[in-house]
Amino acid sequence: MFAWFHKLGSPPHFYKLSGRLLPWVGAACAICMISGLYLGLFVAPPDYQQGESYRIIYVHVPSAWMSMFIYMVMAVAGGISLVWRMKLADVAAEMAAPIGASFTFLALATGSLWGKPMWGTWWVWDARLTSELILLFLYLGYMALRSAIENPQTASRAAAILALVGVVNIPIIHYSVEWWYTLHQPATVTKFDKPSIVWEMLLPLLLMALAFKLLFAYLLMYKMRTEVLVREQKSGWVKQRLEANN
Amino acid sequence: MREFLEMGGYAVYVWSSFGLTFAVLAANLIAARNKRRRVREQLLRRLQSEEQ
Repeated sequence: MFAWFHKLGSPPHFYKLSGRLLPWVGAACAICMISGLYLGLFVAPPDYQQGESYRIIYVHVPSAWMSMFIYMVMAVAGGISLVWRMKLADVAAEMAAPIGASFTFLALATGSLWGKPMWGTWWVWDARLTSELILLFLYLGYMALRSAIENPQTASRAAAILALVGVVNIPIIHYSVEWWYTLHQPATVTKFDKPSIVWEMLLPLLLMALAFKLLFAYLLMYKMRTEVLVREQKSGWVKQRLEANN
Repeated sequence: MREFLEMGGYAVYVWSSFGLTFAVLAANLIAARNKRRRVREQLLRRLQSEEQ
């Protein structure tokens, strides 16, 4: 177990493994994305209350799920680098932050574009929307903190602590629609009963969610490979890789 | 086809949501690719100047 952990944390091993995985992850992402879009836009029936406007769900909900999922990845990676000084975990946390911020921005923006026709307003200061906005500020704060501290080790530690403290916000986002009275509709899929959605509508949603997850995996690995080259530029394997042009 | 594009009158909201989403995701991919190119060029140049 420890040997496996150690091997996984070794940059040249990661570089080799991720290089092999990338094309497969990319292909799987494209397949899920195309079939999810096709089923969501052409096959799924209109909603009996919201008509065609509900189709925004296919980009809004996966983005919102990713905004929380990536935050957890970032906080856990930060925690691992804090406790075990695992270099790759720190690279993962740093590279995940802008991707997470992008998905959080998308969740807010597409939510706004859905809110206008359904609620009659682009924005309300209710618990769900406000806690998601705080999530965006956590990501931006994390990135700003990292770039503001000169010493990379101090920056990495301070950012990891910020990320871990911010985890408090994640259950608040998730349960906000139950804890407080809000305009935002309650969960459709992630609840203990059966999801309150027919499968023609649910399947494209799950496909899009999977596509977004695979896209995140692709982007994260891709960006980590670049960052690993920079951080390990003095070591022999990086020179070999650069000269062999791969 | 026209009916599909009109999205029951919600075209502006639906298509700008999808358009914005794919624009932001594509921007992430393009930025990652450009950065990788830049980094590789820089590192290669440094490597070559070290060898001389």
